[in-house]
Amino acid sequence: MWPHLVRRRLPSKAMVYLSPVLALVLSMLAGIILFLIMGVSPLGALHAFFIEPLSSVYGLAELGVKATPLVLIGVALALGFKAGVWNIGAEGQLTMGAICGGVVALYFYDREGFYIIPLMLGAGVFGGVAWAAIVAFLRVRFNANEILTSLMLSYVAGLLLNMLMHGPLKDPDGFNFPESRQFSDSALLPLLQEGTRLHIGAIIALAAVALGWLILSRTLLGYQIKVAGSAPAACEHAGFSHAKIIWTTLLLGGGMAGLAGTIEVAGPIGQLLPNISPGYGFTAIIVAYVGRLHPLGVLFAGLLLALTYLGGETAQIQLNLPVAVTGVFQGLLLFFLLASDVLILYRLQFGMAAPAVETS
Amino acid sequence: MDLLIPAMLTIITAATPLLFAALGEMVTEKSGVLNLGVEGMMVMGAIIGFIAVHASGSVTVAIFAAVLAGICMAAIFALFVLTFHASQVPTGLALTIFGIGLSALMGQNMVGIAYGGMPKIAIPGLAALPVVGTLFFQQDFLVYLSIAMVAAIHYFLHKTRAGLILRAVGDSHDAAHAMGYSVIKIRFMAILFGGAMAGLSGAYLSLAYSPMWVEQMTAGRGWIALALVVFACWRPVRVLFGAYLFGGISILQLHAQALGIGIPSQVMSMLPYLATILVLVIISRDVSKIKLNAPASLGRPFHPSR
Repeated sequence: MWPHLVRRRLPSKAMVYLSPVLALVLSMLAGIILFLIMGVSPLGALHAFFIEPLSSVYGLAELGVKATPLVLIGVALALGFKAGVWNIGAEGQLTMGAICGGVVALYFYDREGFYIIPLMLGAGVFGGVAWAAIVAFLRVRFNANEILTSLMLSYVAGLLLNMLMHGPLKDPDGFNFPESRQFSDSALLPLLQEGTRLHIGAIIALAAVALGWLILSRTLLGYQIKVAGSAPAACEHAGFSHAKIIWTTLLLGGGMAGLAGTIEVAGPIGQLLPNISPGYGFTAIIVAYVGRLHPLGVLFAGLLLALTYLGGETAQIQLNLPVAVTGVFQGLLLFFLLASDVLILYRLQFGMAAPAVETS
Repeated sequence: MDLLIPAMLTIITAATPLLFAALGEMVTEKSGVLNLGVEGMMVMGAIIGFIAVHASGSVTVAIFAAVLAGICMAAIFALFVLTFHASQVPTGLALTIFGIGLSALMGQNMVGIAYGGMPKIAIPGLAALPVVGTLFFQQDFLVYLSIAMVAAIHYFLHKTRAGLILRAVGDSHDAAHAMGYSVIKIRFMAILFGGAMAGLSGAYLSLAYSPMWVEQMTAGRGWIALALVVFACWRPVRVLFGAYLFGGISILQLHAQALGIGIPSQVMSMLPYLATILVLVIISRDVSKIKLNAPASLGRPFHPSR
């Protein structure tokens, strides 16, 4: 007898939280099969992926470094997805934030001062917000699908950064490499722990989690977001402005992504490069989902997905595995999560087909 | 004329992958399913086609392999969306992320290998015509196929009973279900067809357009194809027009450089993406037009128990 799905009377609360765990287990099993196909010892690979990076202070600090942009963006995207606003162009907003923050750093490259970093962070937020504002404007004013416009703008932002790196922002003493000057010490984020790369951006990310939680559970906006996503018709009857929700969630996402971009260039990178992000903006989509679109969940999911980046790097060094394994694993994780989520609304039934449960 | 014919030829090669992918996605959407995984299916078609042509030495085998890769990717999507009732938007995104990762993994040993490109097939008699012959009758097999597909899909959707049923499923799955049609089965087939076409599109990229493998070589074409479907108001002939329009925009970059126009190459590379946004805005601003043309059940999940 094939097991089949029967609709539950009420959504399962437990499955909402168990589903990510189930997805992680399934992804690991799929990963083991993948490693076997590639002729790599699964135990060694899993050790390199999940244990090795966590067994040193430096590794833990790197986890924080990589989780910072993921959590920052993930929190904001979670709010948007909850409202049914599909900003999937965070990568481009991150890039614009990095450009704007980087331009400030390069402008003050020969100066010192405590004011430089706040200016950079402000510029970064502005860059991301401006880029997302285009998406919001086109969506609200012209009804243009935000999935496609935000994604197209990501490609444009990437090309813009590339152009600036080959042109005006190129290091004048850099032997013609497409890289900017190194930022001055005043434009680098202070470290939290000497000897590692963990910087105060991690604190900002934690603050973002708190802010996200505050918005979602303690403000009218948070309530409107929840209603807009789960019952758009009710949203209209209650007199909530859908346009306002689209604008707010998109600008919030853009601002956070822009902030994350500046934090990346002012933190671990320390200059502008043609490639500043290994797809943080896209991975943050997975972070938001694995985190159940809840700020606190996003924090844990951000750490988990950061581990996949870190594990990928370790596996590359130790086992000579390609970095692309990280992308495969991230994709699998989202797949299995979406599949596991079916158990929130349905339950598996074995044996004879019973009449489906009617819910009115 | 000496400049125009090569330009027209590059338009055709740039348009063909968009045409395949957009036509496939259009059929999928006509059945009421929005598959945002076009980019992922396409990039898998590209790498599998490229691996297959090197393993077998046969273009035919490579094309079939790419189609199969697209179908397999689409089957994953169909399984999740139709059987597990997963939400269509995130599942499509997952398919794209997964496809880009997996193709990069499979293609790590294929980087830097060249391939001679697909053989051209001259249509006897017609190929000798001046200008028109060079442009339209000395192309490779996939170009002919892409044009034939426009006609075939137009005929299927608007002149056959099966096409009518497919559109009915996309417009009102409950009504179609009540009439006894298997919504799930029909959608499954439509999704697989979309995957096969995305696979063809990928094969064209890695076998004909730029015959080599580069990570993420689809460069957003899957997303542009999605926009083309909206631009075309879900009509095959308009998809053809849109694909060639975008093909034209995306080759401007090559020819602007050849003509010595002093615009940075990156700005020219932005054009297809900016044009996509522009056409989306122009088409979408008329909400009633979209509502009239879009399949009414697009993106809505179907629960047969109700």
